[in-house]
Amino acid sequence: MSRVKLTVNGQTVSREVPDNTLLSQFLREDLRLTGTHVGCDTSQCGACLVHVDGRAIKACTTLAVSLDGADVTTIEGVANGDDLHPMQTAFNTHHGLQCGFCTPGMVMAGIDIVTRYQAMGQPLTEAAIREELEGNLCRCTGYHNIVKAIADAAQTMSGAAKAAQ
Amino acid sequence: MYELKYHKATSVADAVAILGDAEDGKVIAGGQTLVPTMKQHLAAPSDLIDIRALAELQGVCIKGDALVVGAATRHADVALHTDVRTHIPALARLAAGIGDPAVRAMGTIGGSLANNDPSACYPAAALALNATIITDRREVDADAFFAGMFATDLDEDEIITSVRFPIPEKAAYAKFPNPASRYAMVGVFVAVLDGDVRVAVTGAGEDGVFCHKGLEAALAARFTSAAVDGVDVSEEELMSDLHGSAAYRAQLIKVMAKRAVIAAG
Repeated sequence: MSRVKLTVNGQTVSREVPDNTLLSQFLREDLRLTGTHVGCDTSQCGACLVHVDGRAIKACTTLAVSLDGADVTTIEGVANGDDLHPMQTAFNTHHGLQCGFCTPGMVMAGIDIVTRYQAMGQPLTEAAIREELEGNLCRCTGYHNIVKAIADAAQTMSGAAKAAQ
Repeated sequence: MYELKYHKATSVADAVAILGDAEDGKVIAGGQTLVPTMKQHLAAPSDLIDIRALAELQGVCIKGDALVVGAATRHADVALHTDVRTHIPALARLAAGIGDPAVRAMGTIGGSLANNDPSACYPAAALALNATIITDRREVDADAFFAGMFATDLDEDEIITSVRFPIPEKAAYAKFPNPASRYAMVGVFVAVLDGDVRVAVTGAGEDGVFCHKGLEAALAARFTSAAVDGVDVSEEELMSDLHGSAAYRAQLIKVMAKRAVIAAG
């Protein structure tokens, strides 16, 4: 057992957990943040994507103890109160989901993709979005609208970033 | 996953000491292979020694006429680093094509080389670029480092600290990724170093990454994609599995070698 102290969605949390606890287990079972989904549990589907210290990683492929002190954002932490994140709004607008199981990972991936491309100053083309979604599987095969949603949110997020400057 | 004891090492020396004391310890960095392997019960270390955050293992720099990459540098950071993109763009592109973005955000070059997966990309770069693997106790040439599938010349308690890549005149990597796993079905890294041509093949060999002497000789004589046509690539000692036969991989080696030569220019 080890004590793990993390900042999750802006709140400090501290728990005593077995050393072999995955971040996905820690979030879902210890913190009851069940928005982070476990789809394949073999590191392939991306449903468990969360942001750790600014990088999108697979919560099912990371030990919670190894992240002691880290800043974690899950799907529960991206909206601002009742105001959805632009990426969530775009998924809604473009119907970027069918069953919804992959959606938390898709939204977290989408935010990460847009943020990285903005930081690199590179245009986010449709081809780039499809390539960047390599690690996120949707078994309803709804990629087309997911790609549209991310492209749309990229415009909104870029406008917001410029307005903030 | 079986029970284990986790240790966060405070230095490479500390990691080596903990490893020495552990019953069946294993070093973890990005964990993108090790954690899934442990979840499948294919590995069950008693102790995990985490070196991911060690400052001495991070970063990229130019030292003399070589590019040095810290062992815990993540694929995403190698892919974006200005020095890598300027001096060995083929290496930056290779790193940008490993796994998927979330894997590249965690996986490290040292972890990839130490694991020596027969379908991993980095071993091909290390071998073709005649890299030197630097560990906590010595320096090993890539030619002597890779010792068969999932095997290296590393001692049980030895830790890679950095990798030194000579800067090539030309280099390129061409990979035919497995459509599902994105691991290389065949990957060919071609490099021209001090007038010598080195051609390393991953994803195909029964003993993991290897240099193809026939391709090297043909390309040394004439560095054109047409030179590849006349080379006999034998299917002997190539992998045959549900993804492709040895004969298919032999053909892919030639196709990827041609693509790499064209990309290297």
